[in-house]
Amino acid sequence: MTFGNRETETINRIEPVLLNLGPQHPSTHGVFRIRALLDGENVVDIEPIFGYLHRGSSKLAEERSYTQVITLTDRLDYLSGMSNNLAYVRAAEALAGVESPERAAYLRVAMVELMRIASHLMGLGFLINDLGAWVTPLMHMFREREKVLDLFEMVCGARITFSYMRIGGVSHDVPDDFAPALFAFLDDFQGRIDEYERLFMENEIIVTRMKGVAPLSAERAINCSVTGPNLRASGVNWDLRRADPYEAYDQMEFDVPLGTAGDNWDRLWIRIQEMKESARIVRQAVEQLPAGEVRTPAPFFIKPPSGEVYRSVEAPKGELGFYLVSDGTIAPWRCGIRSPSFINLTVLRELCIGWKLADLIVNFGTLDINVGEVDR
Amino acid sequence: MTTALNATYLASRIGGLIPDSVEQVEGSQVFIKPEWIAEVCLSLRDDGEFDLKMLRGLDVVDHVDRFELRYGLLSIEKNHEAVLKVRVWERSEPTVPSVVHVWEGANLQEREIYDLMGVVFDGHPNLKRVLLWEGFPGHPLRKDFP
Repeated sequence: MTFGNRETETINRIEPVLLNLGPQHPSTHGVFRIRALLDGENVVDIEPIFGYLHRGSSKLAEERSYTQVITLTDRLDYLSGMSNNLAYVRAAEALAGVESPERAAYLRVAMVELMRIASHLMGLGFLINDLGAWVTPLMHMFREREKVLDLFEMVCGARITFSYMRIGGVSHDVPDDFAPALFAFLDDFQGRIDEYERLFMENEIIVTRMKGVAPLSAERAINCSVTGPNLRASGVNWDLRRADPYEAYDQMEFDVPLGTAGDNWDRLWIRIQEMKESARIVRQAVEQLPAGEVRTPAPFFIKPPSGEVYRSVEAPKGELGFYLVSDGTIAPWRCGIRSPSFINLTVLRELCIGWKLADLIVNFGTLDINVGEVDR
Repeated sequence: MTTALNATYLASRIGGLIPDSVEQVEGSQVFIKPEWIAEVCLSLRDDGEFDLKMLRGLDVVDHVDRFELRYGLLSIEKNHEAVLKVRVWERSEPTVPSVVHVWEGANLQEREIYDLMGVVFDGHPNLKRVLLWEGFPGHPLRKDFP
């Protein structure tokens, strides 16, 4: 069949278009670049490109003492400094054979769970932002996170780069007015999170754009080493707090929410449920806080015996692990970082292929990566 | 609690599956000869008893005379883990078989190790630099890098 003097096939055939997203793009959560090959509106293939924020944390750690490395970990996933601190100091403590007191274990649990709330709030806020609800929901999330940061400021004076966890405990005990302020926040947060859940999960735009979009099967998630909320959204019951309890988690009562389909909607839903569970854990940890010291005296320069250790925690983004190798000097010989955001990106390509360009932004958003941790 | 598999038992089972592939057992770690690592990983993943379906982490250390790769394997179902190690004594172009066809999760981790430590993974579908740019001189995590 001809159209004018041309074959219709020629008219209908669409050349694939190469579209570059980022690194400067509001939905890339930092500096992350995606090259997308498009057939019309459909994504044929993508290539994530990153490393723009690479600071060489592992190399820097090799020139610093074990205590000084704590400050580097704050800057990995800058939205969850406490969790990064904890993962590192647990590895360093295991390597040096330092025990931390019981009170410190409870304080660590409380801080890390508050951090999880703050991190998930940011993940949700920016995701809704990318979906087109410009800034207003994000500012609601910032409002809640602000209260968490105020609590942290009360405890250690810092709001982002805490360095609160130390080898052998935590840097400061909580002040007397911390517990009342925390309970006031938790009481308020309970109502807020229920409101957000109704607002988000029953919103028609969110349901139609996320239900059934980009499902990730449990087998694929495990094979791709996906961890954290993304893995549990696919229905895999794997939470290090439950499977391999550390600090005081074996004393805490909490549920591990699980998704079913592993689609975008599940990945959003699971973060809301996790925040509720985190709020429960924080309350228990502070209510059960035992008396005593918060820090075992350890010298500023420690010299662990030669050897190696791998310790990991359930950070907000997934399993954050530190692989420390000591040669008996004051600085680690090797400080390997198992970064959950980086490894979760393995599935990004297969989540996006076959979906629309508009879905790409959402798929990327629900993975909830942090570029500071991807690039290290 | 996540239990560590008994390394001596694991090594004897690996020896049964892939003869002559185990180099040494040290503590809770099993050292595998570099040329056999992909086959060993594949048989451990599919073995019903071990069920090591997840590659928890892949890391590397430069010990100046050798590179030591650490494969942390995990079974979510059975809640146990195993550590395999590979020693490579070559420095100019150390080469190890890729395990991407066993666990897709090794994809980015192998690229990162290639980028920062210069270990080449034979059979990797897309082995190029990931954090640094193409053309960067050298591999910064090596101990002889300035």
